[in-house]
Amino acid sequence: MATSNNTYSLSVEASTSQLAKVRDFVAEHAERLGLSEKEIGNIRLAVDEAYTNIIKHAYKNIPAKPVEIELGSDNSQLWISIKDEGESFDVGAYNEPDIKARIKNKQRGGMGVYLIRKLMDNVQYNRSGHMNEIRMIKHL
Amino acid sequence: MKNFGISIREVENIRVLDISGELDAHTASQLENSLKSLIDQNEICIIVNCKGLDYIASAGLGVFMAYIEDVRGMGGDIKLTNMNERVYNVFDLLGFPTLYDIHDDESEAVTGFNN
Repeated sequence: MATSNNTYSLSVEASTSQLAKVRDFVAEHAERLGLSEKEIGNIRLAVDEAYTNIIKHAYKNIPAKPVEIELGSDNSQLWISIKDEGESFDVGAYNEPDIKARIKNKQRGGMGVYLIRKLMDNVQYNRSGHMNEIRMIKHL
Repeated sequence: MKNFGISIREVENIRVLDISGELDAHTASQLENSLKSLIDQNEICIIVNCKGLDYIASAGLGVFMAYIEDVRGMGGDIKLTNMNERVYNVFDLLGFPTLYDIHDDESEAVTGFNN
């Protein structure tokens, strides 16, 4: 793994009230790296979706649970790691959403993981002890 | 903190929701309540004007997914208009343009309802 030059971190509770703060945190640092407005927008959305999934699925909307966000970069990539201590995500069981069928069945959700994969260059899910990590990478 | 705003007006018997700010998992319930309230009153010709919308996450799109079938089943529609490029891009990534009536300008959606 390449050495990281700069690392920034943010600890928040798992709450949708923190979404704007989390998005602004990553956008601010992405901006400093000279990314385009479109790329910054993509990163904001990917992080929003990952954090929202943690709130809803890992912690099942139970408030005051910890989420750690870390962002780092080197010459070739920006990476964002989001860690939680909730239920882990079974990436193997995930299927791409059939939006048409979901609309027919009045279902919603299931789109976040798909969006994250579309928006970022590389996405990894790790489980270590009781900690889940989603690590999202954008090549610079 | 950035906000989400919503207001309702009437154009030729169509209810137009002007939404602004950031639509995410925190603010989606505001849009949901407004849509639900209109549908409960049998107001089923609805335009959502996204001119002031700066940002949307999938939780926002989920609101449209939850109600479009009901509204169309009642003979109405939810048409979306005036999205900026960033917002449209999210709809596009998920294939919404083939499933929803999306227009560049509100007047086109009004015409669509009248035809």
